[in-house]
Amino acid sequence: MFCQECKERPATVHLTQMFNGNKIETHLCEQCAAQKGAVMFDVDNKFSISNLLGSFFGNNYNMPELMSNSQSSKCPDCGMNFYDIRQTGKLGCARCYTSFERELQPSLRRIHGNRQHIGKIPLRGGEKVLLKRQIEKLKFDLQQSVANEEYEKAAQIRDQIKEIEKKDV
Amino acid sequence: MSITKLLNTNHVRWMDAEGVLESDIVISSRVRLARNLDKVPFPHLLNNESGQESLKAIKEAWEKSNYEGLKQLDLLTFDQIGDLDRQILVEKHLISPNHAGSSDGFRGLMVNCSGSMAIMINEEDHLRIQCLLPGLQLEECFKEVIKLDDAFEETLDFAFDDRRGYLTSCPTNVGTGMRASMMLHLPALSISGQAAYIFQNISQLGMTVRGLYGEGTEAQGNFFQLSNQVTLGQTEEDINSNLIAITEQIVEQERLLRTKLISEMKYQLEDRVGRAYGILTNARLITSKEALALLSDVRLGADAGIIKNIKIEGLNELVVAIRPAHLQKKVGREMDATQRDVERAAVIKEKLLASQGING
Repeated sequence: MFCQECKERPATVHLTQMFNGNKIETHLCEQCAAQKGAVMFDVDNKFSISNLLGSFFGNNYNMPELMSNSQSSKCPDCGMNFYDIRQTGKLGCARCYTSFERELQPSLRRIHGNRQHIGKIPLRGGEKVLLKRQIEKLKFDLQQSVANEEYEKAAQIRDQIKEIEKKDV
Repeated sequence: MSITKLLNTNHVRWMDAEGVLESDIVISSRVRLARNLDKVPFPHLLNNESGQESLKAIKEAWEKSNYEGLKQLDLLTFDQIGDLDRQILVEKHLISPNHAGSSDGFRGLMVNCSGSMAIMINEEDHLRIQCLLPGLQLEECFKEVIKLDDAFEETLDFAFDDRRGYLTSCPTNVGTGMRASMMLHLPALSISGQAAYIFQNISQLGMTVRGLYGEGTEAQGNFFQLSNQVTLGQTEEDINSNLIAITEQIVEQERLLRTKLISEMKYQLEDRVGRAYGILTNARLITSKEALALLSDVRLGADAGIIKNIKIEGLNELVVAIRPAHLQKKVGREMDATQRDVERAAVIKEKLLASQGING
């Protein structure tokens, strides 16, 4: 088998990755793999979780701009760029999650799957989320009621939703 | 002050195994919440000035709180705790090795007198709220940390996003910010080689296994730390009940194998336990690796009734008392590796002989 990139040298690095439940296999030669920033295990280096995360961040295909320091933009709050984050495996501040949303998404998906937070909400500043969750739950109940042909109950739920949505504005 | 007692004894709350569910196999349960102040850079970017501000905000929340569980904690910064004492806290599992590496005045610890509640300040996240209890008590741990979290949230605005949940400096913790873990002692599963097989497959369940002192440490003395890997997209309750369900299955397997060992390999098991006890009560020099391995055998012997009158509490205490910082604290000076091996052998011998010998 030849390398998918250069199509000259034999493929010796085989990567299997899961994206959104789809299996993607990549076959590369060592040179092309190194250029692509594929995870190469260096036995001399202490293998830590931050190294692993660093390579997680850097190993997102179709984003060659992330590979160089000068070209990445900075987080307006803490001044970190994505190159720094890749190096340390840590974000600089809460804002980084929005500043580097696009860059972080593949890594977050790899760690946690494509999911949203459904756990605890803060007592302060969490009111909106709480209302949003209430509405989501009521909409689900509404669908259930309609499916069960309980139209009176459905109408009540619809009014409840309207009531909450008014509060939200 | 609570901390003085914690630093000067070998004892800490999670060692109190008596009368606690599954405490022969589940050494301890731990729940940790990672929280960050909104609009303050994460701790690894803090300098002395911004670090002090972060500390000040946390201190104010502590002083203002009416919640007894928070008020009763002592707050200490690392310029007040020396290098050796910080290592003592690591060995007792109250702070992380990483946190102990700093003597910054804006990093620190809040802790209660029994050592069941410990909050790391400005470690990897601004707050790491932890509860550690003996045996299988994950839900109790969770209740305690949530109460503390609620108490902080009365004053502090935490970094939170409706889709990503609580925002943490490392994206592996984002969402609930919760890491729940159990310390398990699994000699029978290890001897039979099944432990390796179980743990290779556990990642498919969104969980992970680490050694005695967490990330990157090897599993010594047949101790394994089982914890959740995924923190986003599951509720805290679901994470806990999954972990408990898996733990119960592992505990059941361990018990089955132990029964099999006792019935089918009685003499081999008694021989192994007896030899371990013999070495531990007669050795003049012993490394911590060897000691942990032999203490695991003795513990198995005590659980199986081969060795009588040895309390699990005492064995839990030994796991910590034989670590380098505890040995040096006891003797009151720095020691090289050989001196520590001598002291370690003496500490173990004294403890085992005090609780008496073998029957059978």
